[in-house]
Amino acid sequence: MITAELTHLFFQQYWWLLVSVLGALLVFLLFVQGGQTLIYTIGKTNEERKMIVNTLGRKWELTFTTLVTFGGAFFASFPLFYATSFGGAYWAWTALLLAFTVQAVSYEFRSKAANVFGKRFYESLLFINGLLATVLIGTVVGTIFNGADFSLNILNNVSWNNNTRGLEAVLNWHNVALGLAVFFLARIMGLLYFMLTIDNEEIYKRSKKHILINTIPFLVFFLSFVVYLLMKEGFAVDADGIVSMEKYKYLHNFLQMPVVLIIFLVGVVAVLWGIIKTLFSKSKFDKGFWIVAPGTVLTVLAILLIAGYNGTAFYPSYADLQSSLTIQNASSSLFTLKTMSYVSLLIPVMLVLAIVSWRAINKHKITETEMNDKNEKSY
Amino acid sequence: MTQLLLNIDPSLIDWSRAQFALTAMFHWIFVPITLGILFIIAIMETIYVKTGDLEWKRITKFWMKLFGINFAVGVATGLILEFEFGTNWSNFSWFVGDIFGAPLAIEGIMAFFMETIFIAVMFFGWNKVSKKFHLTATWLTAIGANLSALWILVANAWMQYPAGMQFNPDTARNEMVNFWDVLFSPVAINKFLHTITSGYTLAALFVIGVSSYFLLRKRETFMAKRSIVIASVFGFISVMALIFTGHGSAVQVAKYQPMKLAAMEGLYEGGQEAELIGIAILNPKKTVDNNEDPYLFKIGFKGALSFLIDFDTKTYVPGINDLVYGDKENGILSAEERIEKGKTAMDALVAYKELKKAGKDDEAKVQYDILMANFEHFGYSYIKDPKDIVPHVPTVFYSFHIMVIFGTMFVLIFLIFGWLTIKNRIEQFKFAKLLYLIGIISIPMAFIASEAGWVVAEVGRQPWVIQDLMTVDAGVTNISSGAVQTTFWIFAFIFTGLLIAEVSIMLKFIKDGPAKPENEGGK
Repeated sequence: MITAELTHLFFQQYWWLLVSVLGALLVFLLFVQGGQTLIYTIGKTNEERKMIVNTLGRKWELTFTTLVTFGGAFFASFPLFYATSFGGAYWAWTALLLAFTVQAVSYEFRSKAANVFGKRFYESLLFINGLLATVLIGTVVGTIFNGADFSLNILNNVSWNNNTRGLEAVLNWHNVALGLAVFFLARIMGLLYFMLTIDNEEIYKRSKKHILINTIPFLVFFLSFVVYLLMKEGFAVDADGIVSMEKYKYLHNFLQMPVVLIIFLVGVVAVLWGIIKTLFSKSKFDKGFWIVAPGTVLTVLAILLIAGYNGTAFYPSYADLQSSLTIQNASSSLFTLKTMSYVSLLIPVMLVLAIVSWRAINKHKITETEMNDKNEKSY
Repeated sequence: MTQLLLNIDPSLIDWSRAQFALTAMFHWIFVPITLGILFIIAIMETIYVKTGDLEWKRITKFWMKLFGINFAVGVATGLILEFEFGTNWSNFSWFVGDIFGAPLAIEGIMAFFMETIFIAVMFFGWNKVSKKFHLTATWLTAIGANLSALWILVANAWMQYPAGMQFNPDTARNEMVNFWDVLFSPVAINKFLHTITSGYTLAALFVIGVSSYFLLRKRETFMAKRSIVIASVFGFISVMALIFTGHGSAVQVAKYQPMKLAAMEGLYEGGQEAELIGIAILNPKKTVDNNEDPYLFKIGFKGALSFLIDFDTKTYVPGINDLVYGDKENGILSAEERIEKGKTAMDALVAYKELKKAGKDDEAKVQYDILMANFEHFGYSYIKDPKDIVPHVPTVFYSFHIMVIFGTMFVLIFLIFGWLTIKNRIEQFKFAKLLYLIGIISIPMAFIASEAGWVVAEVGRQPWVIQDLMTVDAGVTNISSGAVQTTFWIFAFIFTGLLIAEVSIMLKFIKDGPAKPENEGGK
């Protein structure tokens, strides 16, 4: 039983951890989106494209559900963020939602007769989803380090100080660097997933080649983001809740939280190791996905943890520093966080069920024979 | 009164409501089929697993494919709906996020994940997992979908009847103090049961309607009759539960949202022996402040409304005028009085926050007591004109009566289809063709009734976004009306495109019929 002695701060930190885990899982599951931008790059025939769409199509709902759960968990645990960011950065979030809306139907409708708009139309929607969802998620997450243009009144109602309502985030190169890093990482994971799940030599070879092509821009954008993050001023919050600028804040956060630093380093090494092993293995190696994916989760988790822990404002306002959101001032009440913490015990159960289902569906690689079997559902 | 509301453009409120209504109504086209047809599919698959009859597997797969086509659009619109609480109703999100967010999070963690995990097995696992594992996945998908309905309906019910919470002036929001009161509030339980059974009813009519098409065309008659047997039994049980919980809804509306009940019945002057309207045409000239007759034509039952809500024809039911102008004899405050008390509460809140900031805790305590003494009227501080507490009566009235009339007809449809197919006489029935046509027409009727139910629930509670605590203009995100207008049309364009594609695919799929029989079953 969760004891009464546990403080509000404990639960705020616990829920920031959970939200960060969900965010990290979401970025990992964006391999579906990354793969969607490569349907025509990797698939040169109708059969190859069908296998690619189907291997991704069996997982799109997991990404979607994680996004919805991430939103719901944020609403329940940090409602002021939900109100401030979604209500404030209206256009940024709406664009992101639209990108996801068109995904859900595209798999189901793509190959159906009488789908009105034609197969290429739905494939274009999948590409748009793959591009926008990854870049926008990364860019929006960038604002938790660079701030947003809002202020709050006495009732905590948000006012946004410009008419672009969140789209101005793309004018900050640091935000965009993260967006593009997520985009190229998602493509790398998509390619690794093709190699893992599709039984086709041509797809394997082409995927391997494109991993190298995508790794270069990924490293450029990721390293630019990380180096600048460690060098820049950050939004610190003191014991009285006063927010101020602190030089090298995020570097300090890593140094003052060595466990988080280790998580970050292990994650980055895993991502690089998975890519290198796939590219340079002498024998056919198709398990790189299972090295890069956990590496991605750990890296993103560490980045999100330094945004909220160690006296840091996780959604800073550059218009009014004292309107910045911290895990203390943006959270739900102690009672609600406690109640939700009981519910959170279901998360490991759901993860186990997800693993069982994943293994059952991915037991065998996708083949052309399976795609041509009319008794099997295919997209 | 201290003005905390920013100058909100009235057209912003209208467009924000329109956008939410658009998304919710599109979403509700797809969700009820999902809720109900999954159980119908699960029952069919259970029969297949029990009997090993491949025809049942073929029937199961046919309805599963139709479900799949429908499911994707429901997911897409559902995502938008969840995030619109933040994008378009951000002040609401903060004011009640401490309570409202929890059901949404639980919905994601518990229900969506269960549904998502097992739906992949259900669709793709026929030849990959054992029969029993597959069947379990189908049932768990159905349970997951219905669990997600539970949590979102708990959240909706809380907006109609805020329970299990307390206002915290320090954070300027409502905070949860009892989770079980939120989950098991009588409104939540009833709303959940009423809504899911409406989904089951709609799904059953969908199955009957599509099967009627096959019978009309004299194709796949064996599959069609088997489907009708399952759907009519499932549908009959559902519609009876729907009527029972509908009565429960009326009782609760009378208790917690009397203005909604008055609008549902077009009741302007309340009293004992209140009349239940069977069918009527409202007088368009009737307003709160004139003496026109509310009806141009009506067939009503005197005392039946009183009896319906309390099993006593003498029970007093307040009318619209009583709620606007008050009825001292029956202890009803006028809207004007409630507005004054609401303003007192709001002023006390502002004074409290200023005194606290100045470190004057004793004086702040006095303001706190004033605030809490008047808190039940807090939302009235946002009301500018007493007449603003009246929803659009014709919309609520006609929606309610269409829902009830159609719902009653559905009982007969299930009985007739069920009886004739169980006795295997449907093809010999003298008016078989007419019956098939009725079966087909019942599909759009079910959608109309189902949407009408939500119109009653949501338009009927206007102007409240949370009953008596917050009005829509206080809850809306402060953004330019033009921005919301733009996104409204973008959403309308996309949703309409998706709907056209879905209907087209479904019609083609139904026209082509189920796949040819398999030679061998799954594992």
